[in-house]
Amino acid sequence: MINLYEVRETNQMIEQDNLDVRTITLGISLLDCIDADLEKLNQKIYDKITRVAKDLVQTGQAIERDYGIPIVNKRISVTPIALIGEAACKSPEDYVTLAETLDRAAKEVGVNFIGGYSALVSKGMTKGEENLIRSIPEALAKTDRVCSSVNVGSTKTGINMDAVRLMGEMVVKTAEYTKERDSLGCAKLVVFCNAPDDNPFMAGAFHGVTEADAIINVGVSGPGVVKHALTKVRGESFEVLCETIKKTAFKVTRVGQLVAQEASKRLGIPFGIVDLSLAPTPAIGDSVAEILEEIGLERCGAPGTTAALAMLNDQVKKGGVMASSYVGGLSGAFIPVSEDQGMIDAVKAGALTLEKLEAMTCVCSVGLDMIAVPGDTKPSTIAGIIADEMAIGMVNQKTTAVRLIPVIGKGVGEMVEFGGLLGYAPIMPVNQFSCEAFVSRQGRIPAPIHSFKN
Amino acid sequence: MKRTIITVVGKDAVGIIAKVCTYLAQNGVNILDISQTIVQGFFNMMMIVDTGSVKSFDNLSHELEQIGDEIGVVIKCQHEEIFDRMHRI
Repeated sequence: MINLYEVRETNQMIEQDNLDVRTITLGISLLDCIDADLEKLNQKIYDKITRVAKDLVQTGQAIERDYGIPIVNKRISVTPIALIGEAACKSPEDYVTLAETLDRAAKEVGVNFIGGYSALVSKGMTKGEENLIRSIPEALAKTDRVCSSVNVGSTKTGINMDAVRLMGEMVVKTAEYTKERDSLGCAKLVVFCNAPDDNPFMAGAFHGVTEADAIINVGVSGPGVVKHALTKVRGESFEVLCETIKKTAFKVTRVGQLVAQEASKRLGIPFGIVDLSLAPTPAIGDSVAEILEEIGLERCGAPGTTAALAMLNDQVKKGGVMASSYVGGLSGAFIPVSEDQGMIDAVKAGALTLEKLEAMTCVCSVGLDMIAVPGDTKPSTIAGIIADEMAIGMVNQKTTAVRLIPVIGKGVGEMVEFGGLLGYAPIMPVNQFSCEAFVSRQGRIPAPIHSFKN
Repeated sequence: MKRTIITVVGKDAVGIIAKVCTYLAQNGVNILDISQTIVQGFFNMMMIVDTGSVKSFDNLSHELEQIGDEIGVVIKCQHEEIFDRMHRI
């Protein structure tokens, strides 16, 4: 039988260490909404989302009350809209109407984000996919809750450099379209390599075409819990350190698994996966950077950071996989700068640079995330940074992503405030040498040799 | 049978257990197990109760919270599974 000590430990994790379930994300397939008539398509999309997701928020709240565990976000992901709109949308403007419909549906059912304004173009782009990509700046400026992602590369296909170049331009354009809100649009736009079909985390969530009609995916959190556990093993060996992280990750993931199963049962929608990520928030004590510092670094970004992060990421997975029957999504430690107080402090102190963050992305999920850069950064430079990150993902057979925010009208060292879970960030310097001639080349980078496994 | 864990944490005072138990008895909630300790002057109690016959878990949880406010302690109700899942393989 459960004892007082165990109950206290769980409740301390929730009350003092910010243990929460970060998101219940309901994936909804829109494949059955496809129509050549734009008006009908919009109506079908709205009807399906509001029908399937009508009880999502209340169910989430009921689970929160029953178990006393906060479930921070209830969200929706949909089939990549480029596919759904291809038959009806003849221009980028047509796609924008679909974004507005998604936004309206999200507000109706009360979710705070809806993901899937996406295109999967890792090898080539259809006309519809290109139109969707070109519509992203306007779509994100005209909506509040829509999140967009574009997959421009994979280990199997290589990197579509035409799409990378286009995304460099679109990131800057999105920044300009939302410049009066500190270029907030870019916080809802992710460029991926090896994007997973079942990711519950925004802004990169979409409901892949390999998925069922509707599915429940859950993202757990818990950096504060890991950090607290590690304060008790200061000075101990790596073996003790790893064991502590694994045990803690197991406990955190078990809660996610329970919530996922319960949400699935109550909504009558199958359970997909639990995403084992350590997802920080700007709240004090809910930081991945602070875990790395607890492991023994003066500041996140100091020599040793990549090794510490590699170890942390691996132990989180090893502890997590035993706690859940199905794991997926991004599963690893997140290192978003603006959403992690320890990262923000490390940048301010001069300990953490863009280049070090790039190195860190080689060993964790996901990529260069929520990084504010000067507003005058050239589209070709953004494309170059995207290409570098995609190459890391392609060669290492892992998901990588880029979510950069060129803040229009602001320069290095200035602060930018996104609000809420998106946090705030100091603007970081970008290497000023040009890669224009490189990213201007047409075509794609071929798949690496080790992808040929057949 | 629906097992629920009730935790009571706060500054020690006379009559905390009596208050909580009286409320539970009036609402047909059977107590299966109680453990209690004082840590650094703070009262810590855990009860395992059966809420199988309770009509609204929400109300129970809410009213216990209010009783907690009245006597200056924090009272939480949680289904047992969250602890079971976390601490048992």
